[in-house]
Amino acid sequence: MSVPVTLLGLLKRESSYGYDLKRDYDTYFGWGRALPFGQVYATLSRLARDGKVSAGQVEPGAGPDRKRYAITELGAREVEEWLRTPIEPEPHLQTLLFSKVVLSLILGRSARTYLDTQRAAHLERMRQLTELRRSADSVDALLADHALFHLEADLRWIDLTEARLAAIAKTINRHEEVQP
Amino acid sequence: MSLSTLGRDLSPTPVVEGRSLVKSFGRTPALNGASVRVSPAEVLAVMGPSGSGKSTLLHCLAGIFVPDAGEVYFDGQRTDRLGETARSQLRRTDFGFLFQFGQLVPELTVEDNIALPLLLGGRPRRDAYAAARSWLPRLGLDDLGSRRTGEVSGGEGQRVALARALVHQPKVLFADEPTGSLDSLTGEIVMELLVSLTREEGTTVVLVTHEARVAAYSDRMVLVRDGQVTLAEPPPAPAVAADGPVAQPHPQSLTR
Repeated sequence: MSVPVTLLGLLKRESSYGYDLKRDYDTYFGWGRALPFGQVYATLSRLARDGKVSAGQVEPGAGPDRKRYAITELGAREVEEWLRTPIEPEPHLQTLLFSKVVLSLILGRSARTYLDTQRAAHLERMRQLTELRRSADSVDALLADHALFHLEADLRWIDLTEARLAAIAKTINRHEEVQP
Repeated sequence: MSLSTLGRDLSPTPVVEGRSLVKSFGRTPALNGASVRVSPAEVLAVMGPSGSGKSTLLHCLAGIFVPDAGEVYFDGQRTDRLGETARSQLRRTDFGFLFQFGQLVPELTVEDNIALPLLLGGRPRRDAYAAARSWLPRLGLDDLGSRRTGEVSGGEGQRVALARALVHQPKVLFADEPTGSLDSLTGEIVMELLVSLTREEGTTVVLVTHEARVAAYSDRMVLVRDGQVTLAEPPPAPAVAADGPVAQPHPQSLTR
């Protein structure tokens, strides 16, 4: 999650105090991990330095934070651009799974045992997420769904790989024999 | 002291159990020594690729098929040696069934379809329809009672089928790919209802699916591979009673 542009996005809605930004960030994007106040203010001052937000006058009153932040023209353009741009389709976890399977086969270990363990871990996590989602509000459920679909994709790959393990091992052995 | 008197923390007497089940169709083996235990009120997901034998396992546990070898138990009683009539009676009274499709009578209304198992079981018409109607709101079908099931959507039809599977308050619900013909959102609604209703009723569920997202609604999962059952996750730590024996491990935990 990109914190600066997300805070900019929240400011695009309306100008806000740092505390309110943090609260909204935690509600929508924190997923159980609160954003530290320090990071909120450090990010806001960097954004101010770059001319993407402007900080208002310190207002009188109690509390640590009496400064209202507003998005600038430049900041607003960045949010619009960011919202329009697709992210790099990058299946991170899958490359890790792939490396473990191939290395297991190269080293003559049981890739099937590894795949079984991985499957069990994936299924258990999917069950936790499903249980969580059943009691979550619709925004949290949206994030849980995203995680569930990704885990499901990994599982499909695990099943397919297991079914083809013998053929994959044969190919890898051939490579290994050619190279001394 | 028997295990069953030691309380439910110790491996409870299974509601349904298959021991070393073998079943072939002609020369094609489907089950090859499959063993599984299903605890009371548990939602057990049976996963596995196509052709692994998971549906055959469900059919054997539910008394639809008779295994070539091995033993099937329901509530501690052997069921694979019962005659067809007795097994049919068992299926009607103690079991409920939910399949992918083709289980509703399209010419009959939603209420007729839900009342059908009760009417076939000899329940008076009035009672049967009152019971059927009481299920409509629980499934979000309030306004559909008098519609023909041939006219409702796929998701609604599957909710009707779920009500019909539960209306006679079976001890076990056997569900074979219950969301197989539905899109993901509609499938989620059916699974959500299936899990919450069976938890409310205390119904044990055997859920066959190849979809991880569906299996993720269960309490426990097993995997069927080449006609045998393997645990898809590590078994719980063995429970030890202060003065009793250690609970027996599930038979399938020994196969890995």
